[in-house]
Amino acid sequence: MARLIRTEKEVEGRYTEQWIVVEEDPLDRWPEGPLEVVGRPAARVDGLQRARGEARYTADLALPGMLHAAVLRSPHAHARVRRLDFAPALEAPGVRAAVGPGDCDVLVEEAGYQGAPVAALAADTFSEAQAALARVGVEWEVLEPLLDPDEAVSRGELIEEASRYERGDVERGLAEADVVVEAEYRTATVLHNALETHQAVCEWEGDELTVYISTQWIWGVRKDVAKRLGLPPDKVRVVCEYMGGGFGAKIDPGDHTYLAAELARRTGRPVRCALTRREENLASGNRHATVQRLRAGAKADGTLTALEGEFTMAVGWDGFVSSTAGPMKMLYGCENVRTVELGAKLTTGPNDAFRAPGFVEGTFGLERLLDELAAKLELDPLELRRRNGADADPVDGRPFSAKNLAECYRRAEPHWARRGEVRARSEGPWRRGVGLASQVWYGGGGPPSYAWVRVGSDGRATVLTAMQDIGTGTRTAMAQIAAEELGLPLERLSVSLGDSSRGPYAAISAGSSTTPSMGPAVRAAAADAARQIVEIAAQRFEVEERVLSLRGGRVVSEDGKSWALEDVTGLLEDGQILGKGSRGPNPAGMRVLTFGVQVAEVAVDVETGEVRVERIAAIHDVGRVVNPLGASSQVEGGIIQGIGHTLSEQRLLDPGSGRALTVTLDAYKLPTIADVPEIVTELLDVPDGHLTSLGSKGLGEPPIIPTAAAIANAIRDATGADVRSLPITREEMLRALREARERAYAL
Amino acid sequence: MTELLVNGGRHEVHGSVLTTLAEVLRGHLGLTGTKVACGEGHCGACTVLLDGAPALACITLLEAVGEREVTTIEGLRDHPLVDAFVRADAVQCGFCTPGQIVSAAALVRETPAPTREQVRHAMAGNLCRCGTYPKIEEAISTWQG
Ligand code: FES
Ligand code: FES
Repeated sequence: MARLIRTEKEVEGRYTEQWIVVEEDPLDRWPEGPLEVVGRPAARVDGLQRARGEARYTADLALPGMLHAAVLRSPHAHARVRRLDFAPALEAPGVRAAVGPGDCDVLVEEAGYQGAPVAALAADTFSEAQAALARVGVEWEVLEPLLDPDEAVSRGELIEEASRYERGDVERGLAEADVVVEAEYRTATVLHNALETHQAVCEWEGDELTVYISTQWIWGVRKDVAKRLGLPPDKVRVVCEYMGGGFGAKIDPGDHTYLAAELARRTGRPVRCALTRREENLASGNRHATVQRLRAGAKADGTLTALEGEFTMAVGWDGFVSSTAGPMKMLYGCENVRTVELGAKLTTGPNDAFRAPGFVEGTFGLERLLDELAAKLELDPLELRRRNGADADPVDGRPFSAKNLAECYRRAEPHWARRGEVRARSEGPWRRGVGLASQVWYGGGGPPSYAWVRVGSDGRATVLTAMQDIGTGTRTAMAQIAAEELGLPLERLSVSLGDSSRGPYAAISAGSSTTPSMGPAVRAAAADAARQIVEIAAQRFEVEERVLSLRGGRVVSEDGKSWALEDVTGLLEDGQILGKGSRGPNPAGMRVLTFGVQVAEVAVDVETGEVRVERIAAIHDVGRVVNPLGASSQVEGGIIQGIGHTLSEQRLLDPGSGRALTVTLDAYKLPTIADVPEIVTELLDVPDGHLTSLGSKGLGEPPIIPTAAAIANAIRDATGADVRSLPITREEMLRALREARERAYAL
Repeated sequence: MTELLVNGGRHEVHGSVLTTLAEVLRGHLGLTGTKVACGEGHCGACTVLLDGAPALACITLLEAVGEREVTTIEGLRDHPLVDAFVRADAVQCGFCTPGQIVSAAALVRETPAPTREQVRHAMAGNLCRCGTYPKIEEAISTWQG
């Protein structure tokens, strides 16, 4: 019977309550450790398609009669359109339609950032559209830019009301402290730069709209587009078969989708709207810069007595305030904590979620502060962290569904113990050292999510669900889970996803939630199909159901008899076995989080300020690991992005005009293969005993969280210098070295 | 009208003086395995071979190709590197992967067993935002099985 229950839902750290319907009885938990398919390394089921260039991304789609849109964007950080004249552009070759403010509500008259969309047109080819754009007559009234977050705060220019948090009594905590440290940390605005830029192709058939889009959330796009265009959701079909990376910025439909839909409506032709790389780096979201003024107090034995932080976020013209105070509230069992988060409204591009938004930035500040504290206390940094562990959620006292951070620390010991040997390898101007940082993040996923499993008479199975694989390998993980439950080898599984008209509702691919949200639904669907197969086999072969199970592609009886799966399903000829499953609730009253620690080894040239990362050991607890091979790739990918944020990536603005200086991939420095250190991945792989029938949490975000702090702490170990600003340019490194020298002289 | 030799076949293609090889491959010939991620020569996603040497199709003008044979990922589908990339999990979103494999194919043709430094040098022009780099190194060091 369907049971209606109320449950808590979390996405990227934001909690809401909602109703869900639970139909199945909960499944037994699988035993710990590698099973037949789950827990064993698997090459991606769609790896060949992608590697051979056969996979069709949104970028590769060419529909008959398709037009191409180009978007007129503000060249100014802040400006108003005084006059807009399309006439000359409409006469340009190939142009079919043009829209401006008033025609489509994503087009604005007041541009609040360089790159804000003001007008768009559609032409037969993209070059024609771009050429015509240059002929649009536009007169700008240039307005004053506002670029400095502190200045915005002092003027009261906030995106939303300040968010304040307090527990205990910080003043008392500071008074009781034997040692107090305080410092200001900064992180820069960084850009996602997924290799496939934001893009959509929209096509109308009657009053039905199909949106082909590079997205992290098919169902979110469906809902938002339907709402904004006043359509019933079932009139909107959203397709994303293959996707060229998201990292958080491809959750909403985005301006480009609405422009494509409107231009397609006006022309009666399909329209592609694809951002160029330069547009991508102006107008598709970013990780906002932060200024963090932090303070910590501790007893001589290292017990934290107070943590305090004022966090100012350079949100931009629009966007949301990432929870940069999150780690300070959640990581340590400190009784007295006070934070305030301020989101500055600036004339810069809106921020968007970027792989663990807020926590990457906040962990840099907090974990650097902890190392500065450890130095002052003359305590081992790992020991300091151990002494402040939290046994229950420090925010509301809830028990954790599982927490194995202490075990992560234990596994970090051999890496941490390399300190002496690493330091001893310093030579000439190159100083070497080791640093570590802890990680806390969400990643439990949640309902609703649904999957179907179809088993044909040939004994092959297909998972159907309208989720997306944004490059994380979810197709493979879902195939593994269904294969395990059906007792089939992985080769006999297919996964059909990426189309809202071809499967049921599926969760967002963000917040490290895809596997923990979708995995249990897929397992439940496969279990439903398996149950039916057993029932049929029992009748056909006249045995009791309870002695039958599915293994190795066969129906196996306890007495040793067995039948090939095809011999059972083959009875049905064209008939199919259809299983359905849904995601149940998260454990009531518990906090579901992921934890980990990273240990970095660096070399610093104290003469030039050059920093090289030589090795990173990443130890994370994300519950059961479905595919250890894919998981190690996720960890490496997170760390490599983290290294980019730490050493080279930074959106630079001209301080006078507010125009971006880093819109190309030669100016904006992404890590290359030559920047990659040795990376050692260790996942605890212990199922969370309270979380779903799978016990898996998400892994997309945890690995990027502690990287910057671990590297910066290693720099301190190598040189005694405290870097406090990301990226750690040579300038920042030399500043920190100078400060350390001055501190040494003063003593 | 220009004659273009692609993956062993001859094609008659039209283009203006500004038409790039990437546009012709993707738009006219339907060879969408070659990706365009920046369109200005900064990322390597569009890498193809011209007479065996890597070239960036997004900034190579059709006119400039001349007699040289173009090899795209579609012409390298059966190259053992493809399997090596999949085996090593050097494919995340896969958008950079065709370009990576084309660059790697040029490398191993010259140097079948490259050192780590040679791999890093030859592959540094191919960006991967997903961070498959360690797995790419592994794929290139194990491609011969
Ligand atoms: S697409 Fe050609 S180098 Fe980036
Ligand atoms: S695999 Fe996604 S960019 Fe390389």
